[in-house]
Amino acid sequence: MANAPSEEVAIVAYAQTPCYRAYPEAEPKMIMSLVNQILDEVKIDRHSIDFTMAASCDYLSGLPFAFVQNVDGYGAWPPVYESHVEMDGAWALFEGWVRLQMGDIDTCLVVGSGKSSPGTPREIFPLQMNPYYGAPLGIDPVSLAGLQAAALVDAGKATEEDFAQVVSRSRRDALDNPFAQVKKDVSVEDLLKEPYFAQPLREHDLPPITDGASAVLIARADKARELCDKPIWIKGIDHRMESNNPALRDLTDSVSSRIAAESLGIDGASFDLAELCVRYSPEEVVLRQSLGLSDDCTINKSGGPLCGHPVMATGLARVAEVARQIREGQGQRGLAHAASGAALQQNLLCVLEGGA
Amino acid sequence: MARQQCAVIGIGQTKYYKKLDVSLDGLVRWAAQNALDDAGLEWDDVDAIVLGKAPDALEGVMMPELSLADGLGAIGKPIHRVHTAGSVGASTAISAALLVESGIYDTVLTVTYEKQSEGNATWALGGGRSGSQGAGGSFAPWIRNYITKTDAPEHIGWKVAVKDRLNALRNPNAHLQLHDISIEKVKESPMLWDPLRFLESCPSSDGAAALVLTNKAGVERSGRPAAWVIAHQKRTEFTMFPGRDTVMVKAGVDCAAALYKEAGITNPRKQIDCAEIYVPFSWYEPMWLEGHLITEEGDGWKMTDEGATEINGDFPVNMSGGVLSSNPIGASGMIRCLEAANQVRGTAGEYQVDGAKVAMGHAYGGAANYFAMWLVASEPSPSF
Repeated sequence: MANAPSEEVAIVAYAQTPCYRAYPEAEPKMIMSLVNQILDEVKIDRHSIDFTMAASCDYLSGLPFAFVQNVDGYGAWPPVYESHVEMDGAWALFEGWVRLQMGDIDTCLVVGSGKSSPGTPREIFPLQMNPYYGAPLGIDPVSLAGLQAAALVDAGKATEEDFAQVVSRSRRDALDNPFAQVKKDVSVEDLLKEPYFAQPLREHDLPPITDGASAVLIARADKARELCDKPIWIKGIDHRMESNNPALRDLTDSVSSRIAAESLGIDGASFDLAELCVRYSPEEVVLRQSLGLSDDCTINKSGGPLCGHPVMATGLARVAEVARQIREGQGQRGLAHAASGAALQQNLLCVLEGGA
Repeated sequence: MARQQCAVIGIGQTKYYKKLDVSLDGLVRWAAQNALDDAGLEWDDVDAIVLGKAPDALEGVMMPELSLADGLGAIGKPIHRVHTAGSVGASTAISAALLVESGIYDTVLTVTYEKQSEGNATWALGGGRSGSQGAGGSFAPWIRNYITKTDAPEHIGWKVAVKDRLNALRNPNAHLQLHDISIEKVKESPMLWDPLRFLESCPSSDGAAALVLTNKAGVERSGRPAAWVIAHQKRTEFTMFPGRDTVMVKAGVDCAAALYKEAGITNPRKQIDCAEIYVPFSWYEPMWLEGHLITEEGDGWKMTDEGATEINGDFPVNMSGGVLSSNPIGASGMIRCLEAANQVRGTAGEYQVDGAKVAMGHAYGGAANYFAMWLVASEPSPSF
């Protein structure tokens, strides 16, 4: 079981790069631009940040120890108190938030970054499956998303039209998001005319290959109020894992999201807005049901990962988006969701609220 | 709420070996099961899991927390993956301790591993490019710089190589069991990266290590010997820049200074009873004795030469045989942390330092620019 947090911690500032189709320069440069943006906004010096958490993936860069270079992006001279997760930046946020619970330090800079464009994701991502009887088959998140979609259709929980509606709405919403890569006003009818890619999914049900980074600065209560006018409070973070073997899972449900929500004691109907890590359109159908989100809850106003999926930053970008939407007055209480692995194998929930 | 007290109540290791005939799932579960057995706990008692290893490319498994989740009993639980280069084993132990100290979780299982036989570490250590100089090639010029700066005699490296291998003979888990190790053998072994000879270098090992960490209530419930985590620190600096001191590395100096301050230690050589320090190449013993403020600059090699770091010396180092005797890279830092815990729990067997009450576990990585250290003690709040 997880216990309740003892320290109030808030997001003070957030930043994200555009969701580039291919960023031509090095990953640390993306990171540096975000860190500088945040430092400028809160008007503090790099050296006054107590702790730094980074997140990236060697396999995306095609370079063992690639993350070591990213240190150049967030600055490490004089030496810094820092750590790194080989996970989405949302898990770096989790560790930073945990660290601040100890009450002895005030601030943590969290960065997630990744460049998918130099590699061939469909060859790399099968390596997330069991190396003996999963990876050799070449099963990857795309093929598993197809199986998840088929399972939803077979169970009568969704139709191909439902998936197209998710895509149509997301792409239309993305027209207002300067960071989105894919944006278009396109009807469900037109989407359904496209050929299958991983039946019953079409190419638009998949996320675009994306390079990008996101960052947030979090702080304990007093420091958060000192650094900004509108802290966005982190009310809780919980994350849960499911089996790597898809045959052992009900792909039409997100059991781990539900466990995380129960652990946080949250009622899905209480959220004004949510940013869900919908990398494949059927995932929205699954998450809406498992989290019990109400019809009034605005989901993925940014367009979500279907319009830009900077792997290793996508989940943290959801957190940044919810914080932005609350700060800009689009709601008071929001849910950010991050996912890792194929067909929502691992899920993280972060509850955010506005207010002094 | 203030920081919760956190202690190691379970330690698990596989045997370390050149090639273990076991799956990756089997490898991590072997260490994890041993740690749970040692703690007297069941898989259901674990609230969260923290996994660590060095690059995914070594075994060709991307983000292995996904495929190892089943083997680690992580279904329906939080599992979190740390990667900080060679320091990762110690970094992972520290990240796991945070989960308990924060009060968010009561009992945490942490596991680290490497199966070097699945890949080619020297290729990976060169960033996956051809013609890699390997770790020894990176460190050799800095070791030469240390020798030049301190006028250390050449035999210091040989002595460390012999001492750690003799210690390994007391540790049934150690990979290298070199019964005929001697100064002559080390001295005559092939030169790999001047001044480092073959026998002054760590082996390539398969293996996994695990810890069960819990809070005060968990310690009381378990009734098992506890190693209290009294301080931990991590520091990172840039890999290279003009004027960087690669001998007295500032991140290492800062990390150690912060660690001692946190624990209330003013004289580490006297107040710490023994240390497990990441020494993958012999010369790093004297270099880190200085670089982590255990002795004065220029005096580290004298400590080695005088026998102070031997198991019956006044500051024993790497009683278990150290990285020079077993190096499953991702686990090596955690092995340092758990061997420090073994010492203060009194569970170190044949390599137990008599009366050890405070011990240091340490790891470094990257271009000697990542540091992670912890101090464990037989009491939750020792005074110095």
